[in-house]
Amino acid sequence: MASADVLPELAAVSWRPRVDAAQLRLRGRLWTLTMVAHVVPFAGAATLLMMLQPLALPVALVCLAHAWIIPELYAQRGANVLRPRPRPHAATVLEPAAPERRSVGLLGDLVGHEAREMHARTGLVLEPGRLGVWLVGEAGAVLLHGRRRAYCYCVKVDPRRPQASELPSGDRIAHLLLALRSDEAGFATVANLAFAGAPWRLRRRMRQEMRPALAAARSRGRYA
Amino acid sequence: MSKLIRMDHTGHSTLAEWTPEDPAAVEAAVAAFRAELERGYLAMVSTGPGHAEHVRELPVQAELVIMRLPISGG
Repeated sequence: MASADVLPELAAVSWRPRVDAAQLRLRGRLWTLTMVAHVVPFAGAATLLMMLQPLALPVALVCLAHAWIIPELYAQRGANVLRPRPRPHAATVLEPAAPERRSVGLLGDLVGHEAREMHARTGLVLEPGRLGVWLVGEAGAVLLHGRRRAYCYCVKVDPRRPQASELPSGDRIAHLLLALRSDEAGFATVANLAFAGAPWRLRRRMRQEMRPALAAARSRGRYA
Repeated sequence: MSKLIRMDHTGHSTLAEWTPEDPAAVEAAVAAFRAELERGYLAMVSTGPGHAEHVRELPVQAELVIMRLPISGG
């Protein structure tokens, strides 16, 4: 790969292996294994307790609650990557401030009509790539790779730059979109994986207005 | 007319405009481009639907050059 095609930010994470489809599948399976390792012992302990001593029901219920809560917390962590960030240019939702409008205008110039409309409705940009279909938000992106797994990446404009906190929402997304388009595998390498799991688990934790974007991405991935 | 813009707190700012036939405007655009690189910005050019390229020299023929900040894992 020519150096111009490699994301410059990769230099900061030179120890990470470059993400590819095989590595994605492996990491997805490791996440599933981790979930099983969290759920099975608690569920098993609950069952064992009830078999040994039915009076231990309260403790068994606590074990079952753990078995349910831990995967939910991970899914929540995944959904959090798509949450919009506080607006530095405060204005009402109906009348966004000028920087917000300008940034969304620029973002609109970078994407097609369908993606522009999706962004207006959900706040997310749908972007097909080689690894799968991406949903890009202000501080993260979700990759739907294959039919059964969503990978949630936490990635944003470098917060060590003083200008980063002042960027309007459209610019934050445009930063990620341009980086993704220039080097998709590099983008996935630089980003931190926050969650990998079934899209339905992610969907339950996403904000209501963002769910159509996930459905559209799943549909796009299915027929790509 | 080609444009060099920077994504910033205003939404975006136009730093330079030029046509390849205007050497003075190109020179000013190159100077603005280099100044942004020195400030730590990265330059991107769209190269078709769904594709962008990181450039280190001002592509004079490009219609739009966008300066962005580096990204990092959160």
